[in-house]
Amino acid sequence: MERAAVLGLLLLLGARGGSGQAALEPPQDSLREELLLSPLPSGDLAATFQFQTRWDSELQREGVSHYRLFPKALGQLISKYSVRELHLSLTQGFWRTRTWGQPHLQAPAGAELWVWFQDSVTDVDKSWKELSNMLSGIFCASLNFIDSTNTVTPTASFKPLGLANVTDHHLLRYAVLPREVVCTENLTPWKKLLPCSSKAGLAVLLKAERLFHSSYHSQAVHIRPICRDVSCLSISWELRQTLTVVFDTFSSGQGKKDWSLFKMFSRTVTEACPLASESKIYVDISSKDQGNELLEVTPAPLSMHEAVVLGDRRTYAVYDLLSPALFNTSRSLNVQLKWKRPQDSADLSTPVLHAQRYVSGYGLQTGEISTLIYNTHPYRAFPVILLETVPWYLRLYIHTLTIITKGKENKPSYIHYQPAQDRRRPHLLEMLIQLPANSATKITIQFERALLKWTEYTPDPNHGFYVSPSVLSALVPSIVAAKAVDVEESPLFTSLFPSSDGSSYFVRLYTEPLLVNLPTPDFSMPYNVICLTCTVVAVCYGSFYNLLTRTFHVEEPSRGGLAKRLANIIRKMRGVPPL
Amino acid sequence: MAAARAPAPRRLPTLLLACCSLAAALAPQDQVEQFFKSGHTNNWAVLVCTSRFWFNYRHVANTLSVYRSVKRLGIPDSHIVLMLADDMACNSRNPKPATVFSHKNMELNVYGDDVEVDYRSYEVTVENFLRVLTGRIPPSTPRSKRLLSDDKSNILIYMTGHGGNGFLKFQDSEEITNVELADAFEQMWQKRRYNELLFIIDTCQGASMYERFYSPNIMALASSQVGEDSLSHQPDLGIGVHLMDRYTFYVLEFLEEIHPASQTNMNDLFQVCPKSLCVSTPGHRTDLFQRDPQNVLITDFFGSVRKVEITTETISLDPNLAILESSFACGFASEREMASAMPSLSGLYIFNSPVIRTPKDEITTEALKYAEQLPVAQIIHQKKSHWMNTMRMCEFLPLHKLGSDQHPQSKEILSTCYVLLKYSIQYPVVLPSHF
Repeated sequence: MERAAVLGLLLLLGARGGSGQAALEPPQDSLREELLLSPLPSGDLAATFQFQTRWDSELQREGVSHYRLFPKALGQLISKYSVRELHLSLTQGFWRTRTWGQPHLQAPAGAELWVWFQDSVTDVDKSWKELSNMLSGIFCASLNFIDSTNTVTPTASFKPLGLANVTDHHLLRYAVLPREVVCTENLTPWKKLLPCSSKAGLAVLLKAERLFHSSYHSQAVHIRPICRDVSCLSISWELRQTLTVVFDTFSSGQGKKDWSLFKMFSRTVTEACPLASESKIYVDISSKDQGNELLEVTPAPLSMHEAVVLGDRRTYAVYDLLSPALFNTSRSLNVQLKWKRPQDSADLSTPVLHAQRYVSGYGLQTGEISTLIYNTHPYRAFPVILLETVPWYLRLYIHTLTIITKGKENKPSYIHYQPAQDRRRPHLLEMLIQLPANSATKITIQFERALLKWTEYTPDPNHGFYVSPSVLSALVPSIVAAKAVDVEESPLFTSLFPSSDGSSYFVRLYTEPLLVNLPTPDFSMPYNVICLTCTVVAVCYGSFYNLLTRTFHVEEPSRGGLAKRLANIIRKMRGVPPL
Repeated sequence: MAAARAPAPRRLPTLLLACCSLAAALAPQDQVEQFFKSGHTNNWAVLVCTSRFWFNYRHVANTLSVYRSVKRLGIPDSHIVLMLADDMACNSRNPKPATVFSHKNMELNVYGDDVEVDYRSYEVTVENFLRVLTGRIPPSTPRSKRLLSDDKSNILIYMTGHGGNGFLKFQDSEEITNVELADAFEQMWQKRRYNELLFIIDTCQGASMYERFYSPNIMALASSQVGEDSLSHQPDLGIGVHLMDRYTFYVLEFLEEIHPASQTNMNDLFQVCPKSLCVSTPGHRTDLFQRDPQNVLITDFFGSVRKVEITTETISLDPNLAILESSFACGFASEREMASAMPSLSGLYIFNSPVIRTPKDEITTEALKYAEQLPVAQIIHQKKSHWMNTMRMCEFLPLHKLGSDQHPQSKEILSTCYVLLKYSIQYPVVLPSHF
């Protein structure tokens, strides 16, 4: 009897894994969540949430149908469209690199989507179009406007961030929608993808009213395959959901720079997500000199963590929400930070690489796009890849492209230029430029504005048309060499980009989007013309017609006798004209 | 006589018992038949705001307040198609981001924390609206943007914006006329895409929009008659714009009193905004509607009351009943859609079909690596080979033909060749003589 039951159970287990997997249990998945609070050099505060759902399964090979922590909507998307990597970000605002420092992960204003497909995909453009439509439904964003007029295939930037054995760039597609608005309707489905939703863990802090009242709000979804373990013989799928928000402490904190979790999010953390294997809050308390402390954090952290992040050694106060000692004194955790002494200029450090872009010129016919890239490192030079995507209605004069550094012309080591085709594809310009130490490089290119057909204008054409931000990818030399760390143990914000050696770190920066006015017709013109024409015809032609065709008769007033006068009186009483 | 009457009282209780048992046996069967013949089984809502620009804040607030009521009364997001032509909540002019208020002094935030907008910004066009109604949408449209109604759906359609005598403006660049709208509803009727339809419009001269309807089972309400303007309610001095239109403001107040089990009927909705409050005269049209408005509950359109009855006994469906049902079922295009409409059974294991093992299925023995983010040497080498090919192409170009329309790729080749020439110092190449 017992044996039969055991046999039955074994059979059941065997049937369950019946697709030929080696393991008998369903694939393991785990969730790690963390929040990084870093005070920025300008006095603002950046909060970066990261939720990593990791799933030890190979989606492409097995017919998977049981989803636990990994959201089903995204899992089905990956297997149906044979996606190898997917990165989607929705951003409101702009990361000011010069005042806020180097970002951990920056995203351009609007919506950005870049996808690497598997090499089994035959028609990449068709899959790309369907994928962007599906994502527009999942995230309530207008990603269905992504089509061939704003999609490009970069050849050197956007190398895969996950495991890759083939890097044929024909499998990569990249598109940016700078006009896209981000609001609560995009945050709601993003929160629903989390295993604990916004009910437990760090996600309870994500309330829309506070998150959108900020200088910069960026939410992103990154899906990529990663090594399952140290030996890296099999693949796990990683879904990272990141949300970065920069609060302006001056306007929201009534002028004082002290902040707390409650002040920023109007909520405190009470428990970790029960499904999470790790749930931590990191507060950046690095200071330039050890003795003279800048910040004071309450409640006192139970542990500290030191790491080399973005090329510099930083110290973090760690609050582990899964440790029972944290909630001993009070049921909720409200991290507070006070400034012990005011920040002086020695603390503020300029970032090594930053850039800006602007459009110049006058009139509605021509103009010039200028990009300025600054390398503030005192003695190291490094190359940077610049990717520019310009819509087809700004016709670039590529022969006017000039790159000037320190007064001399700078020849790029690599150029890829794909000219635009009207109404079919945009300009793509990719250059690998060497930036000498302590220099500013200016790249200028002139353009001419095209006339659009009247049906191609948006309902508000006088707002202008957007040019997507340029992308700068560089391996910036670090101040402090980083040692190779175990990806499992290190915090999530250190393992965003796979690093090859510790002497430099990879950074991807975006410039501002540009707003350009195209020659816009007056859409009320047809109505005005009809009114004017009809008035002119009625007044001029009508008057002439009357003058030419009207004849005048002279009538003599006749004098009548008494009978006639009586008859006139009666007629007048009746209201009839007189004789 | 007495003998004949005596057995009758004895037979009566058995007769009664027999009747009761028969009734009991019939009751679930009856209920099933009733289910298939009754009014509606699901509810949909299509809420459209057609105005752009910050000063039309009130139209977005109108639509969101109806959205809020409809969600509160039970219609889920998957059954609501919400179209907002502009973003007011996260507009840079909004002093309180991520909020849209309907009452002044910021009493009620109708935007909420849980909103899902299906069509936004430039997607709200007449074409998309008509495609949503008639179901003729491109195949790659996601599910949340489709109106997947069937012949037993009650649909609520709410439109607001700027309108005139016989038309409604969409985003200040196009219009939809009452004739087009009536034809769209007729298409919906012929495709059996609705059981009953409630059309509410809050624009100037709104009654002109329902004048041309000719399909059955439509009830229409408008905020003003032809020749009258619908007025806005009250401005908020903190936000700087008018927050709501009068008609929808009083409709919202009326709907706040309704809960999923309330028995309020349509006649109460007709009385909602008298001329003293609304300044315009709201109108309604019920001649195309089969039922008496007295018997129509508000929750028939605004709520989603599900008729669920739990029974432990088996009910055998009459084959004739099955035929009756299948002749009307054209809402769900495939079984898959029907299955995905049901709540997901995430705890259920589905057995996979066995996969034939091939040698390729075995785990690869070599370790996988991450790609280098900026392989400078590789990029320069890539350029070199790419340039070599292109240089060869530049060499053999019939340059006398370039620049003419006969050579379609002339401009591209010219510019690429020019760029190569300008930067070809690193890779000196022998140029053809006619360069």
